[in-house]
Amino acid sequence: MAEKIGRVPVREQDPAVRAHNFEEVCYGYNEEEALLEASRCLSCRNPRCVEHCPVGISIPSFIAEVKAGRFAEAAGVIARDSSLPAVCGRVCPQETQCEGSCILGVKGEPVAIGKLERFVADWSRAHGGVPVEKAPSNGLKVAVVGSGPSGLACASDLAKLGYEVTIFEVLHKAGGVLQYGIPEFRLPKERVVEPEIDSVRALGVRIETNVVVGRTVTIDDLLDREGFSAVFVGSGAGLPRFMGIPGESLNGVLSANEFLTRSNLMKAYAPESDTPIFVGRRVAVVGGGNVAMDAARTALRLGSEVTIVYRRTEKELPARAEEVHHAREEGIEFRMLTNPVEILGDEKGWVTGLRCIRMELGEPDASGRRSPVPVPGSEFEIPVDEVIMALGTSPNPLIAKTTQGLETERHGCIVADEAGATSRPGVFAGGDAVTGAATVILALGAGRRAAAAIDAYLRSH
Amino acid sequence: MLTPSICLMDVEAPRLAAAALPGQFLIVRARPEGERIPLTICDYDRAKGTVTIVTQIIGASSRMICALEEGECLTDVVGPLGCPSDFVSEPAEALHGRRFLFVAGGLGTAPVYPQAKYLHERGALVDIVVGAKTADLLILQEEMASVCDHLYVCTDDGSAGHHGLVTEKVKLLLAEGHGYDQAVAIGPMIMMKFVTLTLKETGIPLVVSLNTIMVDGTGMCGCCRITVGGRVRFACVEGPEFNAYEVDFDEALRRQTMYRPQEQEADHKCKIGRG
Repeated sequence: MAEKIGRVPVREQDPAVRAHNFEEVCYGYNEEEALLEASRCLSCRNPRCVEHCPVGISIPSFIAEVKAGRFAEAAGVIARDSSLPAVCGRVCPQETQCEGSCILGVKGEPVAIGKLERFVADWSRAHGGVPVEKAPSNGLKVAVVGSGPSGLACASDLAKLGYEVTIFEVLHKAGGVLQYGIPEFRLPKERVVEPEIDSVRALGVRIETNVVVGRTVTIDDLLDREGFSAVFVGSGAGLPRFMGIPGESLNGVLSANEFLTRSNLMKAYAPESDTPIFVGRRVAVVGGGNVAMDAARTALRLGSEVTIVYRRTEKELPARAEEVHHAREEGIEFRMLTNPVEILGDEKGWVTGLRCIRMELGEPDASGRRSPVPVPGSEFEIPVDEVIMALGTSPNPLIAKTTQGLETERHGCIVADEAGATSRPGVFAGGDAVTGAATVILALGAGRRAAAAIDAYLRSH
Repeated sequence: MLTPSICLMDVEAPRLAAAALPGQFLIVRARPEGERIPLTICDYDRAKGTVTIVTQIIGASSRMICALEEGECLTDVVGPLGCPSDFVSEPAEALHGRRFLFVAGGLGTAPVYPQAKYLHERGALVDIVVGAKTADLLILQEEMASVCDHLYVCTDDGSAGHHGLVTEKVKLLLAEGHGYDQAVAIGPMIMMKFVTLTLKETGIPLVVSLNTIMVDGTGMCGCCRITVGGRVRFACVEGPEFNAYEVDFDEALRRQTMYRPQEQEADHKCKIGRG
């Protein structure tokens, strides 16, 4: 029976309409659609989807609850392993994780696990959320640096165990990349992100915004002077990379971080916001990850004509398949096997074009990946007046620089073991600050493991 | 208000006041929809837990900050940001007797104050050249006089002190035989450029504090990037102070104009700019 119905399509905003607004693209399943999609799950005895979920959510179990119409129970199953299901249902790269390993995907389409997770999380939030058990306070204070996915996950687990947790956030709003990085049309702030953060606060976690750990206070201050027994560093990877090609300092060249922070955190797209944003007539976005898609689609919504320039092929695009699909539907142009060599400007120093070279995939390198090599003499120009660089980000060195005895590796990532323990006793780390830029779900998993390790550490001290 | 367009306020921010050092800055937002505005730290009182900021009305956001009355709150204050001045890491005895020349232009007077105060307290010899368009725009004159050995005032229209630019006064001082071991210039980018050109020949080390465009101020957005010694640097986390002789001022001046069309239109609410 299961094979007879195909994957239930999810309702979305019309591409022609959504290209001009910041409303969420995907409407998600309603109850009827969720029940139908859940009925496709084969409830495998050895579920490969669970193995491929970075936090090991009991996927067939929660889907079984959905099948039975017990949505609150389904939310309870997910909550055992993930504290941000409404976020992860929207932003996880399901096609390379749970859905990518679904047995139905071998011959047909995998179960829409992400959409079901999102449905359950949204339903649960609308119906009062999952009740949580919280141990009585043990009087021990733990500091969490950064209110992104890893920090929120770590803080909520520690709070449930009875710790008094304070999160220090450098920006004026909590949420980290969920707030400044991922756009409203993919992850609504008021409807999804803020309730998730409120639920962490409801556990008794304090969130202090506008605190630059490393400047306003140091980790040494927190441990030695402010009475914290342990610190978790989840400061993310926020430092934008540039290419180092001529013309990168011209007016009209921005990092995707700048463009997205102005639009997402500062709400520059909204008339009531005071923050300006630079919108070119023709914009080139360089890169092929989720951040590149987000920047491109934001520029499009602000009225630009947008081209994505990527040096490999469609197959290697690191972005979620759904984002690439949505970007295409909305009218973003893709130029694959193309790499910028220079940004051109006018006599006043404003961008006029992007000089590129065509690439081809060469022999596989040591890692087995075919690396792109330039085709000699194939340079050409794309006329643009804005270039957005979305080439990835690195961890901010501030914390490592200002904390005694905290080891980092050559890319600036904090050195931590599987459980999050760093070279400094009492200091744990996880998420992008350790791995370099990765995904929300991996950061969440790291935050949870570190919470367990902090608990074990404090019990033995 | 120090002048009709410049206001001074003490802001309660105990953690910030406890950590602030000369050379650093902070970021404020005046309302929930407000921009993040970087401002220099003019003074800090660790005992009272306050920092002093000076703001000049140049657009919609700075007007909002200056419109706040005593007792009202800024929506957000974050800092200290950036690196402290290099001399902060030197022992007091190394600073004792060292001859400093500060050149302050307009609002740049505010960030010069804590530096001069810090050095003056440690026995350095401090001369300050302050420039403004007219006498009405001179700020913090008594405070400045109290933290230096000599205060020289210049105004563009001659309404106070030397009639002319700060660079002319600096040249005069040098011609009169004043010697300096180190110089610091803080003010409008164009002034810092010309002070740099003026002092280049003398061999006196010169530091400038760059007031670039910023969003987060913590290294995330990269819009503060400038070229120093042929390398791209982020003013917010690697600065704001740099060796003046290595700064590409023409690029820095140009990059300051990136959002100017939107800023000029901010009052009538059309801030989505076109290239």
